[in-house]
Amino acid sequence: MAADTTAPALPLAEPVPGAPNRPPAALQARAWLARRAEVVAIPVGAVVAGFGLFSLFLLVLGKSPVDFVNLVWRGGFGSPFALQNSLQRAAPLLFAALCVALPARLGLVVIGGEGAIVLGGVAAAAAAQPLQGWPATLAVPLMALAAAGAGALWIGAVGALRAYRGVNETIASLLMSYIAIALSNHLIEGVLRDPGSLNKPSTWPIGEAFAVGPLPGLDVHWGLGVGAIVCLAAYLLTERTTTGFAARIAGGNVRAAQIQGLPVGRLVVGFTALGGACAALAGFFEVAAVHGNANASLNAGFGYTGILVAFLARHNPLGIMPVAFLLGGIEASSGLIQRRMQLPDATVLVLEGLLFLVVLLSETLYGRFKIFSPHLWAEKRETSNGAAAAA
Amino acid sequence: MDPAATVAPPVAPGTGALAVETIGMTKRFGGFTALDDVSMRIEAGGFHALLGENGAGKSTLVKCVMGFYAPSAGSVLVDGREAEITGPKGAQERGLGMVYQHFTLVPSLTGAENLVIARADAPALLDWRTERAALSDFMARMPFRLNLDRPVAELAAGEKQKLEIVKQLYLKARFLILDEPTSVLTPAEAEEVLGLLRGMTDRGALTVLMISHKFREVEAFARSLSVLRRGRLVGGGAVGALSRDDMAAMMVGERTVRTIAARIGEPDAASTVLNVEKLEATDASGMRRIDIADLRVRGREIVGIAGVSGNGQKELADVLGGQIRALGGRITVQGEPYRGTRGESRRHRVRFIPEEPLRNACAPRMSVAENLAFRAFDRRGEDPAGSPTFWLDRRAMGRRAKDLIARFKVKTASSEAPIATLSGGNVQRAVLARELTDPVDLLIVVNPCFGLDFAAVSEIRSRIVAARNAGAAVLLISEDLDEILELADRIVVMSEGKLVYETPAAAAESSVIGRHMAGHH
Repeated sequence: MAADTTAPALPLAEPVPGAPNRPPAALQARAWLARRAEVVAIPVGAVVAGFGLFSLFLLVLGKSPVDFVNLVWRGGFGSPFALQNSLQRAAPLLFAALCVALPARLGLVVIGGEGAIVLGGVAAAAAAQPLQGWPATLAVPLMALAAAGAGALWIGAVGALRAYRGVNETIASLLMSYIAIALSNHLIEGVLRDPGSLNKPSTWPIGEAFAVGPLPGLDVHWGLGVGAIVCLAAYLLTERTTTGFAARIAGGNVRAAQIQGLPVGRLVVGFTALGGACAALAGFFEVAAVHGNANASLNAGFGYTGILVAFLARHNPLGIMPVAFLLGGIEASSGLIQRRMQLPDATVLVLEGLLFLVVLLSETLYGRFKIFSPHLWAEKRETSNGAAAAA
Repeated sequence: MDPAATVAPPVAPGTGALAVETIGMTKRFGGFTALDDVSMRIEAGGFHALLGENGAGKSTLVKCVMGFYAPSAGSVLVDGREAEITGPKGAQERGLGMVYQHFTLVPSLTGAENLVIARADAPALLDWRTERAALSDFMARMPFRLNLDRPVAELAAGEKQKLEIVKQLYLKARFLILDEPTSVLTPAEAEEVLGLLRGMTDRGALTVLMISHKFREVEAFARSLSVLRRGRLVGGGAVGALSRDDMAAMMVGERTVRTIAARIGEPDAASTVLNVEKLEATDASGMRRIDIADLRVRGREIVGIAGVSGNGQKELADVLGGQIRALGGRITVQGEPYRGTRGESRRHRVRFIPEEPLRNACAPRMSVAENLAFRAFDRRGEDPAGSPTFWLDRRAMGRRAKDLIARFKVKTASSEAPIATLSGGNVQRAVLARELTDPVDLLIVVNPCFGLDFAAVSEIRSRIVAARNAGAAVLLISEDLDEILELADRIVVMSEGKLVYETPAAAAESSVIGRHMAGHH
């Protein structure tokens, strides 16, 4: 039965004098800093711990962790060429991570970005055909729009299933991803196939005219620039707009959001669709700036690495940028590591898997450290009285 | 009255019904005494009913007997011998069992599997052939007919409840406590289950202690009863010797209504703010159904909905709060249809304060300032009357938070601290600060003082009355009858999903209200 609801006749618990003393400015500044330091310190600690575990793995194989770190530095960050290579690989990760980070605002775990990337690439390549002969300034944005639309529909459908039918979004997005990849393969090998692509079935090339070029002064395509802008826009949306705040309320407590009359269903569909559109843009840039047509290379695992990026960045769109760069660098160095250390290609995947595991474990640490929790600093806090215990 | 005299066959030691007695049972939580010197004896083979309002101490008493709580003072005698019971396991070893209001079975397992895993001495490797043989042997001795091969999820509520009881008997309970056993059952199912249990007590195989709110049930099945009020044993005796009015009077007692803030002004007879007509709805499981024929709340009026918990109040609140959709009927506010959208509640100035505010009205990990902003964050300058805005105004949010925290005396380390770090009273103050700072036309509150301390309670009630005095229509849904008697202009009793009784507060008689709450109309 329900617990005691009558007002317990307490002798007034030791009278707490008025409002607490205003903390001095210095203390307030420290509190501000502490609250923000937590979201940096814990992921950094997790990455260090993940590397530590990976070192054990290397030692068991009889390889030197020091060599490994050296090679990652040289392959990913140590030279202008390595840096550009890393940035090139970071570009799709930016978009893929947003596909996880945006729905995460609503407390949803969407892991189907890979499918949206592939589908977006195929949509862009398919849109390029009827647009042949159009000016590129018009056709290229239209191709991007086709890609984004396809991704938005795909992941937005996952959101709609969640919001209106209560289907688990994690499972649904994963399954939808497989369906998207299978559907894309079917199209690439069927109606969209260029008969000239013999060994590797591909769509018709989009043509030189529609190719997206490099950023000025760099050997990195525009996907990086657009990705950074989209991350910034996503940050503004989630942190600075009322819509983003409404999404956070719904993610924080869906009952509270319903009672406030917030359109929870529309928010869920909207944010998942946006995430899908972002992931699909990664596919668009892979086609328009890297491959020149859509084929099985689109399915390169960016969507899955993007999940790791988003979790490491605590689903903060600004945090995604440095993390994507870091992971882009690690992936860029994988060839070098393979050759110099005679380690299999999957070694980097082992590292990413370990990092992910440690990051997920570190999620349980938030709020556990007194140093990061200013509300625990005050010596005397109002203690809850026995009434709560009677429940 | 001596029910033991009717015991027919002599029973082997270790199998027959147990007598249980509590002596001076007292339980204090901090400074609050939930149970105060309760001594009662239940004879072997008895069927004893325990009556009382929400919070009267019934659950606390049985939890002390079962060893969930260590009593602050007092002891339990089982068959005349003092028994120190330190946990449910110890209770089970002594032959005491309890069936909870909510099901404790594993839905995906069959009845047989549920029974066997519940046993403390189940072997690590189960030999299902011997288990099955033992089970069918056991079931042959039970009056309950159950198919043990079906997954529990497929069973109807009545069958589940029977299985819960069978489980306790399988665990060799000879004294069975039932906590509102029929709240999830249809009347026919309740009749059958209680009838079978009564039969077992008549044969001397079992003693039953049943917590109940329903007089009809108590009169039909129990032999004796006790009434608790505010933690004290206030009466009891043989069923039949007490009239329903006696029982109701004992349950609710003499009420001294404490006025916190005087209600000023008469209800505004001309304006019906909230109008609910022929409303039908069910909860998510479809088990609880409400059917509200007609409910009106006028301006400057507090209508209190009284009732024992689980009689549809939650479903009514969920419909009004926009969390579940009505199946039929009409809800209008100020003459216009109302579904609980943000636009409607802004236009008609409707505020909804759900029960357990931290769980239902706040995002626990967001800051106090952010939680205070839930109602006005999408308006220019955090002003609820302002025009819609696209950009979030963090500065205005901080300003408004500081202002509200000071005005409503919310005790928090900082406006940036997560709201989950506040005490219950301060969470409720924060929610009231958010919802009651601007003019209100309709206020719906559910159990606003649940679990709060004395000081917070009187302050929060004053704020509700102040909103009413300012002209708001207030619908107060509360399980605390004192609260309703104290605050309401008009009292409506809800029972089994329907509004069954209505009275102006001035003419209210608590015993009449209590009788209707207990399902006797």
